[in-house]
This record gives sequence, C-alpha cells and structure tokens, in this order.
Amino acid sequence: MPGPMKIRATLKGSYTDIRVLMSHPMETGLRKAQGKLVPAHFIENITVKVNGKTVVKAQTSQAISRNPVFAFRVKGGNKGDMVEIGWVDNKGESNKTEAAVA
Amino acid sequence: MDERRRVVLRGAGATGALAAALAAGLLKPERVLAATWDENAFRKKDVADALKIIGADDAVASKEVVLDVPEIAENGAVVPVEITSHVPGTTSIAVVIDKNPFPLTSRFDFMEGALPYVKLNVKMGQSSNIRVIAEAGGKHYVAMREVKVTIGGCGG
Repeated sequence: MPGPMKIRATLKGSYTDIRVLMSHPMETGLRKAQGKLVPAHFIENITVKVNGKTVVKAQTSQAISRNPVFAFRVKGGNKGDMVEIGWVDNKGESNKTEAAVA
Repeated sequence: MDERRRVVLRGAGATGALAAALAAGLLKPERVLAATWDENAFRKKDVADALKIIGADDAVASKEVVLDVPEIAENGAVVPVEITSHVPGTTSIAVVIDKNPFPLTSRFDFMEGALPYVKLNVKMGQSSNIRVIAEAGGKHYVAMREVKVTIGGCGG
C-alpha cells in the first residue's frame, strides 16, 4: 500500500521550488532477507504537473533511495498555482497528491 | 493432473512465442511494455551500453552542466545529487552511476515551463563516478564527479 506523500511548493522570486516526499520501499531486487532475495519494487515513473500541465516526466530505477525525495523548479509561477505529482511503480501501484504554491 | 499440465504447457508456449517475437524485433519492447520506461536502458549492466542506448556515448564534457555531489558519502543508501543545466534548450537530464549494478538511475524530461534542474537521492553500492548527461537540441553534454562511499547502499 502506498504510504503518505507530501509536496511543498514555494515561490522563490523568478521560479517556483517544488519539493516532494514519497513513501516507497524502493527495493532493488538485489537485497537478501533471511537468505532470500527481496523482489524488486520501485517507482518507475513520476509526473509533475502545474495547473494541469505536465512540466516534468521522470523515469527512475531501483537506485533511487528509499522514500524518495525530489526537488524540481518551474519558471515564474503564482501563489495558489496547483502542483500535482504522481508516481507509478513496477507493480502497477500508484499514488498522487497535490498542493498549492505558497 | 492432466489439465494442469495443459495449462502449464500453454503458458510456456505463449511465453516462448512472445520471446521469439521480441528476439525477431517484431515487437519493440519500449513501445509495447511502456512508452514511458526505457527498460532496455535501465536493464543494462555495463555503463558503456547504457550510455549508448540513451544516445550519450558521444557526450561532450561541459562546464554548463553543474553537478553537486558530496566528495565522500558516509551512507551509500542516500547520496544527494543536485543538477542544474545551463546549456540553452536542455530538454532532459540523465543520472548514471558507473559502478552500480544497473548504472542508469534516472532520466528527467523537462517540458515547457520547467527549469532544467533536479535534486534527488540515489543509492551507491561502492565508490564510483557519477555522470549526468544533459540533452539539448539532440546533442549530449556531460559532467562527471567521483563520490567515495564509506558504506555501500545497495543492501537497501
């Protein structure tokens, strides 16, 4: 089950700083627990939208740290702009959340 | 008993047919499986192969690509990487860790409105070069830094 996800978007003059925290085990598929390989389980795709428009699309591997944290930047922006970030993992699980630019 | 055997055989046949189709190039995996996840590149174990697939084997070293990483990472499970591309018209940034089991870690595509900037945390199994490749106008620009890892992070 996908855990909580948090976005903080802040207007910084000429750009908007977007930070996101995701809850995900990001299992590499190479780690062993009790002598058995733990199956790979990691986020593969991330989409960042501002006011409904896609600005960043990311593809990620199992080498992203557990409970991933990312920062992105978009030009300009206004307080109240809606930032939506979603992810999909290799098992087809997904999560998304949104926050207003402060 | 017999019925189960049938199912197993049928399943094996179907998988075999798919593998054959893939091998023959009838199905392009990157299109069929997910247009959005470049499995072919992410599965490469050799850094040169991965770079070739993403078209970055001829990348030019550039100071316009700014890569900020720690010189020494005490914990390989969480190594912060911050990238800014000052190359005009940058449309994507890829992050490659040479000595990881699968060198390509991520690729970010920037659309209209986004700045070619990203900060992320990666896992490193051992000390390695990290290279970031920015793409602009069909050309690739690379910046590389070495990160020394005290405790490897591929154990999770």
